[in-house]
Amino acid sequence: MRVRILVSLKASVLDPQGQAVRNALHTLGYKAVEDVRQGKVFEVDLAGLSRDEAARLVPEIAHKVLANPIIETYAWEILEE
Amino acid sequence: MKFGVVVFPGSNCDFDTVHALREVIGRPTEILWHKDHDLRGADCVVLPGGFSYGDYLRSGAIARFSPLMQEVREFAEKGGLVLGICNGFQVLLELGLLPGAMLRNKGLKFLCRFVTVRVENAGTRFTNAGRKGQVLRMPIAHFDGNYYADPAVLEDIERNGRIVFRYCDPDGRLTDEANVNGSLHAIAGLTNARGNVMGMMPHPERASEAILGSTDGRIVFESLLRAIAS
Repeated sequence: MRVRILVSLKASVLDPQGQAVRNALHTLGYKAVEDVRQGKVFEVDLAGLSRDEAARLVPEIAHKVLANPIIETYAWEILEE
Repeated sequence: MKFGVVVFPGSNCDFDTVHALREVIGRPTEILWHKDHDLRGADCVVLPGGFSYGDYLRSGAIARFSPLMQEVREFAEKGGLVLGICNGFQVLLELGLLPGAMLRNKGLKFLCRFVTVRVENAGTRFTNAGRKGQVLRMPIAHFDGNYYADPAVLEDIERNGRIVFRYCDPDGRLTDEANVNGSLHAIAGLTNARGNVMGMMPHPERASEAILGSTDGRIVFESLLRAIAS
């Protein structure tokens, strides 16, 4: 099974990199761009797990390692069974 | 009194720190490999600056899983003295021995320059050779030094005197300009609740001899000698 985990800064945490990207887009004339948040994507291959087992494992590794829960939040999805 | 300096793959201030401790402060200093399980009798463990594991994932995030860090955690939990400098501070945050996290510097630039910091608490084991309000000149060299913690943590560390250093101008004033990386409450160094673990972004080892441009960093090491002696 392949899962994708998206880690990004919490909404309450200032994202200066996202702001810099937004400003660059504004400079190029993309006025519709209101806000940009930058994050990281992890694609993880898991062997021999059911969907339920993956639903327990993925939040655990995201919380423990992939994201720093003090400043970051995460979302995940199954890409391939 | 004996120091131990932990070496991770990617540490690059390890030997500067060993030099400062052995040659300037004049104390025996063990070099501790991150894969070992033995602190070799160190009274104070120093996590040096650098880019442990290439800063992969997040600064300090992988180093915290090194075998030796479990020993360091137990040592700290028993009251042993632990000093984290720059990347060492980031490792202590990731390890949870200190509260909060580091964000990218506010200006999105790697900052390598001298700064001035003010001693906020001279009663700690890391600053007892200094005095409250004293302005120290030391260099910083980091990309992720923008200290962040949630409001409850900030209130707790403010109220309990756990903020050791704040970025200030050369006259000791707190200004936005002096807070070079945008840290909340201009925090440049803080301790844990028990006061035996400190993290700081400036490099005291790079400010320990006149030839380096400042000797102010010696206060941190001399304070540790006093703390151990008493």
